[in-house]
Amino acid sequence: MMRLNGFLMGTAVLSLTAAGAVAQDGQTPESPVAGQPMANEMTIVSWGGAYQESQLKAYVEPYLEMHPEVSVTWDESSAEAVAGMRAQAEANNITWDLVDVTAADAMRLCDEGLAMEVDINEIAAPAPDGTEAEEDFGEDMLVSDCFIPQIAYSYTFGYRTGVEEWNGETPDDICDVFDLETFPGRRSLEKRPHNNMEWALMCDGVPQDEIYDVLETTEGQDRALAKLDTIKDQTVWWTSGADTPQLLADGEVVFGSTYNGRLFSLIAEQDQPVEMMWDAQSYDLDGWVIPAGLDEETLNRVKDFLWFATDTQRLADQAKYISYGPARDSSAPLVGQHAELGIEMAPHMPTNPENSENSFVQNYEWWADYRDDLDAKFQAWLAQ
Amino acid sequence: MSDAVHGPDQVTGATPDNVIRNADRAARSDDGPVLAADGRPLKQSLNRALRTQKLRALALIAPLLLFIIVTFIAPIADMLFRSVENEIVSETLPRTIVALEGWDGGGAPDEEVYRALAADLVVASELKNHTRVGSRLNYETTGISSLFRQTGRDVDEIGEIHADQFIELDPAWEEPATWVALMGDEGWIERQADWKDRKDAAEAEQEAAETRVERRALDFTEPEPRFRLSETAQQALPRTARIYAQFAQVIQAEESDSPTEEEPWNIVYQALYEDLSAGQGQGYEGRLSELVSEARDAVTGFEDQDIKTYFIEEIDEDWADPKIWGTIDAFSDRYTAGYFLSAIDMQLTPQGIEPQPEGQQIYGLLFQRTMFMSLTIMFSCILLGYPVAFLLSNLPLRTSNLLMILVLLPFWTSLLVRTSAWKVLLQEQGVINDILVWIGLVGDGNRLQLINNQTGTIIAMTHILLPFMILPLYSVMKTIPPQYVRAARSLGATPWTAFWRVYFPQSVPGIGAGCILVFILSIGYYITPELVGGTTGTFISNRIAYHISSSLNWGLAAALGSILLALVLVLYYLYDRIVGIDNVSLG
Repeated sequence: MMRLNGFLMGTAVLSLTAAGAVAQDGQTPESPVAGQPMANEMTIVSWGGAYQESQLKAYVEPYLEMHPEVSVTWDESSAEAVAGMRAQAEANNITWDLVDVTAADAMRLCDEGLAMEVDINEIAAPAPDGTEAEEDFGEDMLVSDCFIPQIAYSYTFGYRTGVEEWNGETPDDICDVFDLETFPGRRSLEKRPHNNMEWALMCDGVPQDEIYDVLETTEGQDRALAKLDTIKDQTVWWTSGADTPQLLADGEVVFGSTYNGRLFSLIAEQDQPVEMMWDAQSYDLDGWVIPAGLDEETLNRVKDFLWFATDTQRLADQAKYISYGPARDSSAPLVGQHAELGIEMAPHMPTNPENSENSFVQNYEWWADYRDDLDAKFQAWLAQ
Repeated sequence: MSDAVHGPDQVTGATPDNVIRNADRAARSDDGPVLAADGRPLKQSLNRALRTQKLRALALIAPLLLFIIVTFIAPIADMLFRSVENEIVSETLPRTIVALEGWDGGGAPDEEVYRALAADLVVASELKNHTRVGSRLNYETTGISSLFRQTGRDVDEIGEIHADQFIELDPAWEEPATWVALMGDEGWIERQADWKDRKDAAEAEQEAAETRVERRALDFTEPEPRFRLSETAQQALPRTARIYAQFAQVIQAEESDSPTEEEPWNIVYQALYEDLSAGQGQGYEGRLSELVSEARDAVTGFEDQDIKTYFIEEIDEDWADPKIWGTIDAFSDRYTAGYFLSAIDMQLTPQGIEPQPEGQQIYGLLFQRTMFMSLTIMFSCILLGYPVAFLLSNLPLRTSNLLMILVLLPFWTSLLVRTSAWKVLLQEQGVINDILVWIGLVGDGNRLQLINNQTGTIIAMTHILLPFMILPLYSVMKTIPPQYVRAARSLGATPWTAFWRVYFPQSVPGIGAGCILVFILSIGYYITPELVGGTTGTFISNRIAYHISSSLNWGLAAALGSILLALVLVLYYLYDRIVGIDNVSLG
């Protein structure tokens, strides 16, 4: 398994020294483009909601304080980022300057030539101890030449507590999702094959390291769909990350997959009767891409901002607002308590060793190949 | 209110058109044409007078017309055109496609094809185009996307062996200047040298400038003259010249560098090896002639590289798979029916057109479902909207105005808000189910499943589209004189007969208008089915949206959209034939 498992190890043994480290705040060296002419306007595309808020608090506001002449426009279109960037490139009118996307989307944008290839060491500052950015992020994070990682998140399950029909049992295994006898009630799963197929095979007895080999074959795909068939009529299919938290809060479903940060805010911030089930969580990454074809002054501004926004301290700061793991090794020890609730963030991180025992990483390259095929199959299966 | 049937020919009065018609009639009935005062035929001079008027009218609507063409018709046409367009394959792999013409379809193709592919892919990977072709072909055959991505990483090593041997033979082969002399057009070489002189001068001046502002003002922005191949090179070393020209173009356009300063790609040396092995390279003079003939003599002793083996053994064994080659071959044309075939659950394979595998047929089902549900929604709108419109048009004004506001309020409310409200109402723990459980109609254990299925979509969309049925119905019913029904009743008709035989036929134009509005709106509906439709209540438009924003298969989205558009037009035509579009009234 990849380094992700251990890469937030530090958060588990967090101590008060973290607070000290925050106070000292090792000054990041000046960005390589400092002193060059820069545009003063920047359009940043992100996901909206709590995630965008964490970006705003952790590094956009501090950056604007340092550079009062700069103004930032937000565009909450990350969900359609790939289509948007393609349309802008075809119209030859690039209006976005910096775009927040998932790793899989970054890969496609890079493949299509829509995002700029970057040298990570020129874009991101070295760690405070002098480690180069490339090493600090590590190759597991740098999945594409265009991708500047920010956080690791995961798809995981939340379940309602106190469901009468469960007779006091609580789910702690991914296969409990498929167990309608012990855990009756509706589930919510994402309306695309990603993760669902993997989970289904896992619970159909396929060892984790063989999942993608099995899924390449027609028999393997049918096997996964057959497993999903067992819970199909008890499943609500979600398309937006906000669906599962809402469904859980309304009691429409008793079990549901979504991004771990959404569940964190449901549990910790909104205090709903919901618990996390971390078993077999599926990791994914999120980060920045720079659209290809920016003019030089805008590009300089974007680079200057990124140099600041992806440094060790800023990525650690972001984790104080949302329970996603910072992409740098060196940020891990600096993550402390939630900025407003004052609770320790470490136990809520997907990368916390206790949470990541049985985790897996989505195979982006595999999905890039099989997405179209499997999606057609999955949608046809859904429509039946 | 008069019963007279109006048509354009019956309009009387002094409109210019009528004058022409009258003149026409007069010309037909009399022997000679009617003449105007100046002796010309009346018709002709009237036409002339009218022409300015018509031009003026056209000028008045021209801005709107232009606006619609530019912002509406042209983008739609452009988008629909993507459903057949397929230039990317032939533009990115031109050599491969020519070389593949001789391939019989069985087994892996010959070495020649792999050599062409190597040259194409080196250029493509420098231009970052190989991954785009990869994604395009991956829509057809799974696995091509990563195959191309992987190949793009390794392909620049092809020809390294040749480059090394040429350079060992004579270090001059390493010099960019040698290649420029060998390949460049004389005129270009001169212009380039001239440009270089001016650039150096400008830079020297810039060095000398004192302030930053001055230095910026002295920036030399003129681009290098575009590289041109010499005639000699094209004839003497055709393969080399072709790939070198692409090299120079990439260096100049993509990397803003100069071919005079960059050593060519390895694949250029490989092309040179092939040209020289074939005995070419005549026509050079002086030093170049010596260099080329020396190399020509030496290549027989060079070690060659089996590119086919390299592709299959070093890059990926899939390159031996005839299915991959079949896909490239099948989609090599500039235009393809592939997207339309996919849109009707068929596929274009090297063996011809075949149906999609059983488990992947989805579009036929979705088209049927879209039609069926749109019709259901349309009929429920008639059922619910007709009585409301009837009430509205027959109640006293004060009451009906109040009712009208109740119809219009939801109409003015945001679509998203109304859909979300339905979510709250219809869900299992929602208001409707709670009430049903409370009054004891259904048990707590088996609450009704009203959302995330077809029922949810039909309920929510009927509500959302209801005003589009009520308003045209109301405006037609408002004009139906109440005396007719009263007369029928006084002549002995039962209330039902009076309604069915007298009132209803007069309200049909309103139903027609409402039906067209509701049906056409619902057939392309997207957001409501997406939110409340679950898996069984979604429309074809949800798939189109998916292909536009997620899978990026815009060609398929365009094909599905074209089919939907054609379907609507056909239905409109049928409707016109059966009901008659003249019988539709919007008020």
